[in-house]
Amino acid sequence: MRQANYRFHLSRQSQTQPWMRRCTTVGSEKRFMTLERVSYTLDSTLDSVNKAEQTAEELAAKMPFEEEDCHRIAMAVREAAVNAVLHGNAYDPKKKMTVSFENTGEALVIKIVDQGRGLRDEDIPDPLAEENLLKQSGRGIFLIRSFMDEVKIRNLEPGTEITLVKHIGHSSGAAMEGTK
Amino acid sequence: MKASNRRVDGVTILDLSGRITLGEGSVVLRDQIRELLGKNEKKILLNLGDVTYIDSSGIGELVSAFTTVRNQGGELKLLNLTKKVHDLLQITKLYTVFDVKDDEATAVKAFGK
Repeated sequence: MRQANYRFHLSRQSQTQPWMRRCTTVGSEKRFMTLERVSYTLDSTLDSVNKAEQTAEELAAKMPFEEEDCHRIAMAVREAAVNAVLHGNAYDPKKKMTVSFENTGEALVIKIVDQGRGLRDEDIPDPLAEENLLKQSGRGIFLIRSFMDEVKIRNLEPGTEITLVKHIGHSSGAAMEGTK
Repeated sequence: MKASNRRVDGVTILDLSGRITLGEGSVVLRDQIRELLGKNEKKILLNLGDVTYIDSSGIGELVSAFTTVRNQGGELKLLNLTKKVHDLLQITKLYTVFDVKDDEATAVKAFGK
């Protein structure tokens, strides 16, 4: 089993779109999960990336998304978490990544925050540009934008907050077709 | 990720299965390519038929493998893309960069002599 540092926060409860309603104990850690929103703080490790991805897939599957969209949401979260842990926090054990998932009833809203130097949207190169096509890295944000309906990047100076939104009943298939 | 290789008519077919992601398959793929080039096996066909998942790091590793082999005078082609991998290569505009085949015999014949 993956060992990670979880710190869940309670938020307003609602009877709509219930995700989970339980409080469990894992080791000495208590996990509080609410109906609408769950957030947690993770170490800057690859295990945390995998945990964020897995949680995204599980929560998305509880909402009325198609299977393909659940996969895309999970992949977008993975890419954002990799950015936070690797490029943001640079695996620094003193720095944490915070991930929150919120079911608004109309959309799944995910926020991922790191404590790194901060990322500016305008500094992100276009991976489709001829000169970047054969570069080994630089496709993460592009894939996130391809898979989600809305993506916002906020430089917290220091730190970066990336917000990912997937609307219910709004498949990303058409957007992907348009890139072909 | 698991990897094994076999030789067919002078072409090395690298059968990959599982996930090619940061911290999992990426390093395995890199090591396999380095090992093959070290043995002067420069005609490489990557069979991705059993690759269930690939992230941007995995895509980067495929690009790196492609350019590394090409820079050493070799050829690297892709075989049996799953829909997920196919879609990723489409949206990243890499589908036309790679030589992608869906039949092993045809792919083997497509390598230069």
